[in-house]
Amino acid sequence: MSKKINKKISRRNFLKSSTALAGAAVGSGLITGFPAIHASGTPTIRYLGTAVNMGSEPEKKLFEDTGIKIKYISKTTDEVVKTILTQPNSFDIVDSEYFSMPKLVPSGSLLGMDTNRIKEWSNVVTAFTEGKVNGKTIGDQGTAPKKVLYLKGPKSKEFTSEPSRYVTLIPTVYNADTLGIRPDLIKRPISTWAELLNPEFKGKASILNIPSIGIMDAAMVVEAMGEYKYPDKGNMTKEEIDLTMKIFTEAKKAGQFRAFWSDFNESVNLMASGEVVIQSMWSPAITAVRTKGIPCVYQPLKEGYRAWAAGFGLPSTTKGRQADICYEFINWYLSGWVGAYLNRQGYYSAVIPTAKKYMEAYEWDYWMMGKPATADIMSPEGKKLASKGEVRDGGSYEARMGGVACWNATMDENKYMVRKWNEMIAS
Amino acid sequence: MMKFLKLKPSVGLLSIPYSLIFIFFFFIPLILTFIISFWDYNEYSIIPDFIFENYAYIFKDCLNFEKDICVTFKTYLSTFIFCFITWFFTLIIGFFVAYFLAFYVNSITWQIVLFLLCTIPFWTSNVIRMISWIPLLGRNGLVNDFLLSTGLADAPQEWLLYSGFSIVLAFVHLYTLFMIVPIFNSMMRIDKSIIEAAYDNGANGLQILWNIIIPLCKPGIVIGSIFVITVVMGDFITIGIMGGQQIPSIGKIIYVEMSYLQLPAAAANAVILLALTLLIIWIMTKMIDIRKEL
Repeated sequence: MSKKINKKISRRNFLKSSTALAGAAVGSGLITGFPAIHASGTPTIRYLGTAVNMGSEPEKKLFEDTGIKIKYISKTTDEVVKTILTQPNSFDIVDSEYFSMPKLVPSGSLLGMDTNRIKEWSNVVTAFTEGKVNGKTIGDQGTAPKKVLYLKGPKSKEFTSEPSRYVTLIPTVYNADTLGIRPDLIKRPISTWAELLNPEFKGKASILNIPSIGIMDAAMVVEAMGEYKYPDKGNMTKEEIDLTMKIFTEAKKAGQFRAFWSDFNESVNLMASGEVVIQSMWSPAITAVRTKGIPCVYQPLKEGYRAWAAGFGLPSTTKGRQADICYEFINWYLSGWVGAYLNRQGYYSAVIPTAKKYMEAYEWDYWMMGKPATADIMSPEGKKLASKGEVRDGGSYEARMGGVACWNATMDENKYMVRKWNEMIAS
Repeated sequence: MMKFLKLKPSVGLLSIPYSLIFIFFFFIPLILTFIISFWDYNEYSIIPDFIFENYAYIFKDCLNFEKDICVTFKTYLSTFIFCFITWFFTLIIGFFVAYFLAFYVNSITWQIVLFLLCTIPFWTSNVIRMISWIPLLGRNGLVNDFLLSTGLADAPQEWLLYSGFSIVLAFVHLYTLFMIVPIFNSMMRIDKSIIEAAYDNGANGLQILWNIIIPLCKPGIVIGSIFVITVVMGDFITIGIMGGQQIPSIGKIIYVEMSYLQLPAAAANAVILLALTLLIIWIMTKMIDIRKEL
């Protein structure tokens, strides 16, 4: 009975208390545009990013551990960039890719992130900070994170190659991408990017229709075919763009491609339905095809991987308690639980030692060490990904990340490249 | 004009809310689009300027007849072809469905029931309606399974999906209702006694259809055609999904330019698309004076 009464009056109480809080917030100068910390008192973060990392498990776990609530705002890679530039007050934290930094940093829309406030900063993998994996320098063509990580100061619009206290994004997740294949339909080993344009797969190949990523896959193919060796795939000249697009236009006209895809789910459908047997693909898409019981391999290729990396940034308007909450969230993100969650999906966490604590030894051996599974490997959602005895495609962390050839890129000739890409689609 | 002046002031007041909405959410954005189409841009911002580069680029190489047809013309040509074929099929199918509903179904109840039946596909999102064609038309889809098992084909038919055929199929499936509704509406306004009079004077069914029903349905046909043509001209989602992202459309070019923040270039393309669409509608309204017919 008393519960009922409480309910009845709760709305009035709520109004009262929230007005008081709102007043307090105004008084303390917290309100800047649309503040994250709503008057209700529960710290809330509006998290802008691509849907890839937006699971409901991390959301629940975060609330249990810290009392922070997350509101996901999910957009495509290009739209995330557009939102940062055109609606900087519509989110509190952004999960962006490093290759967007040459576009975002000169605009001054992001805050320089203070590494002194990140507990695990000294443990961030060297792939980000130095461009090395276990001491070995990896490929840095394209927008490699180390090129766009450090800033000259907290409000700087310029990158610096020297390690500094302020960075563009706090690293969270990264991976090495390659081609996905259907081994049951191809029935022979695939070992080079050149196979994407092999006439044997006429009408059964696909590439992604996101120009800044697709162009890198295209460049890997052109180089593998021996047509041209780029001085820097990630920063092509107009002539190099023309050449790359010419080769792909000819292949397209000859009917090499069944379809292009621009949405993650499209790539899953194309592969699962057998419309396509070889295509550019992302790691969770492979997982999605496999959990349907359809064989699909993330094929390691001799020319190496195309890597990508993402991290957290804050809009330059962030202040006070809002910033505290966001840093608390980032520190929680790097404290291990999410790291293990990401590793189990086939990505890599930016802070490895903490993630290890949250993984079982057999999981660690499969995902990170490249050893045969000693028990069935499950996805974070509890679906079976691999049986006992199987080895991860591409092997260990060292083999996969060490084999990176280039990174997703924003080129100096980006404008020209996007136009040429459109022409290829139209041809 | 005289008529307008004689209107009571209260009528003028009534039109204010709509006029305001029209001005703020349609007219001003349109003017802005036009202005921005002359601006310059870089990676992350648009720069006020007055340049023709955005337009010049669209028609670059288009006047060079020795080379292949340019991308812009090719894209518009393919859009026009889709537009025409879709218009043709939605008109034929839409007209006869409306004809059946209006003249063969006698009870109002059944007319309403059947009419609602036509709208059922609209209860799901149009992306789902498109995606549901894939298991049907795909290489391992139902249609190919049937063709192979009955021996009608000895290899899977690839042109069924990710082709011009599948695009037109999806368009017709999606937009026939836009034809049915206005044509049905026109047909219901036809005075049945005119038809009876024609019949009494010895006209046969075909003559009645050609000389009475079609002329009186013209406003419905034109309105339906405007719906279908404007939607198909600006479409990029259907062409994207059903064409496997391999078939160009002006809408897709604008979308890609916008997602790379090349807003002035997108604005220039949008202005040209708008001009062409308005031209088509202008020609259609020349054929028939909608205002008079309504």
